[in-house]
Amino acid sequence: MLHQALFFLIAAMCVAGAINLLLQRHPIHSALSLIVVMGSLALLYLLLGAEFVAMIQLIVYAGAIMVLFVFVIMLLNAGEEEHTRGSRMALWFGAPAVAAIVGMVVYVLTSNSTTLREVHLGAWASTTHDVAMPLFREYLLPFEVTSILILIAILGAVVLARREH
Amino acid sequence: MNPTTNEIQSIAILPELILSVAGIVVMLADPFLGAKSNRRPLGYLALAGTVAALFATAMQRSSPGASYFRVIQVDDFSVFFHFVIIAITAVVTLSSLDYLEQQRIRAGEYYALLLFGTVGMCLMTSARELLMLFIALEISSIATYVLAGFRLRSAASAESSLKYFLLGSFATAFFLYGVALIYGATGTTNIPAIAAKLAEGSTTGLTVMALALMIVGMAFKISAAPFHVWTPDVYEGAPIPVVALMSTGPKAAAFALMLRVLFGAFGSLNEWWMPLIWVAAVLSMTLGNIGALMQNNVKRMLAYSSIAHAGYVLVAFAAQKEAGVSAAIFYTATYAAMNVGAFAVASYQAGEGERYVSIDDFAGLGRRSPVLATTLTIFMLSLIGIPLTGGFFAKFYVFKAALASDMIWLTVIGVANSAIAAYYYLRLIVVMYMKEGDESTPLLPVPVSVATGLLVAAGLTLYLGILPESTLDFAIKGARQLLLIH
Repeated sequence: MLHQALFFLIAAMCVAGAINLLLQRHPIHSALSLIVVMGSLALLYLLLGAEFVAMIQLIVYAGAIMVLFVFVIMLLNAGEEEHTRGSRMALWFGAPAVAAIVGMVVYVLTSNSTTLREVHLGAWASTTHDVAMPLFREYLLPFEVTSILILIAILGAVVLARREH
Repeated sequence: MNPTTNEIQSIAILPELILSVAGIVVMLADPFLGAKSNRRPLGYLALAGTVAALFATAMQRSSPGASYFRVIQVDDFSVFFHFVIIAITAVVTLSSLDYLEQQRIRAGEYYALLLFGTVGMCLMTSARELLMLFIALEISSIATYVLAGFRLRSAASAESSLKYFLLGSFATAFFLYGVALIYGATGTTNIPAIAAKLAEGSTTGLTVMALALMIVGMAFKISAAPFHVWTPDVYEGAPIPVVALMSTGPKAAAFALMLRVLFGAFGSLNEWWMPLIWVAAVLSMTLGNIGALMQNNVKRMLAYSSIAHAGYVLVAFAAQKEAGVSAAIFYTATYAAMNVGAFAVASYQAGEGERYVSIDDFAGLGRRSPVLATTLTIFMLSLIGIPLTGGFFAKFYVFKAALASDMIWLTVIGVANSAIAAYYYLRLIVVMYMKEGDESTPLLPVPVSVATGLLVAAGLTLYLGILPESTLDFAIKGARQLLLIH
């Protein structure tokens, strides 16, 4: 019972943060609402019994990545976003489309609710050891290949950011 | 089950290893060359990497099977696509050598990204695990987003890169959402395991939604309508050799991925995805060809043409069975040969700052440079589907497979579209030979590197048009193995 109440509370926080992110016109306000989203996602993972993922979510997303976001916004000194005719058009077409997709997802997930079950904190072991085993066995190759992904991201950032002489 | 399934066999990823090492060497060698020195050796290094990778791929044929804990599958299917993709990279490297010097583009990062991107594309064709597929897809996509923005002096190039990045990430997110849902529905991300699970259980809304979301992501990557709107703008701004790459390499890889996912994982759900593919095929062919009719810029025209060709491949998808799959594989190879060749001609003809890219700029090319004009004519005739060129057999096998599956309307629409398409391809040939050109824009003799690239592309186009049997046999073997993996 408490579990459900907690879930709905945190989920509402998460959705409210996401909607606020879209509604805010100043980038820094959007970035701050994103922190709320990331934080409440971490709590949701914790409720699912995935302690490791929850901690990673906090450290990597709510911590490192959000700091970078805020830094970049402040360095660029980005002003308020302006609404153009195009962005209003996008809103008129986008909002119903989003509503339709959300409706479909909700319908599909609830119609499958017989196979969905409740889990609670500590329901299964998810220590660092349990995460490491598949990572360095079954998923060894995908894990290693990620290094190339990061390498091209660095290379690309350097290329696009450098000034021409 | 093969006892070596879980083993770590470096032969299974040998081409990728070679390409990665070549990319790292190029990247590290670049700073050691002086600021003013010639960057051509880096290109030769990249070329040597692709040739070595081609040999490694040939070696793979003798050791098929699954490895790396069933993440990688080496079979005729993966080997065929490895050949196609690595050959594309080799030809693109050849046509980049002079282009980069002419446009004063930084070569070190360019070749490194090209090679790393190829690693991603190759892995997309041999992965049988959705996680691996996703990472490979991201490698190939991010490399092309950056390559599209390499003309740093051009605003159009920056626009192209940004548009491609934003829309591409959005599409990949759809694909990833689909992967997450299919994991929720079946409890696995391994493609043969998903197929087994879907075959035994009843179809639920969850699996259908996962399928639909993944199709959205994949249709974007092959620029099939209605997810094609990004294509003309992105192709227009990107450097031409990069367009040659992204209209063939990542697309060939995406076709392989789509075949693997639709036939490998969702084979038992084919009555669900068939109508979607049918509609996408008709829309892509029609919108692509009508769009191409109205273009004056050659890059935009070929962009719309690539949308139309994605439609023809989807016809083969809709035809299903072994004939359909092998026709799709064969079409991808032929399309790659002729398209990469057409762009190689355009990249040399474009001149400094890519000034000469409108159709009128090709006027008199027949007199100014007979080599470029002849090869471009071969590619255009092949894109139309004239006999004796690869394009003819590619279309022939696709429509034959469609007819064998009783898809009469789809075949009729496809053939009608091929007739419309003939107009804009022939227009370019007519302008080249019949129209007086501006003689004040002299064209230097074609350098050896470009000529070699053109020779390979034109040779393959003609080879596939005159002696298609051995390649088709290869494609059929690949199709058979794709449909049989458990």
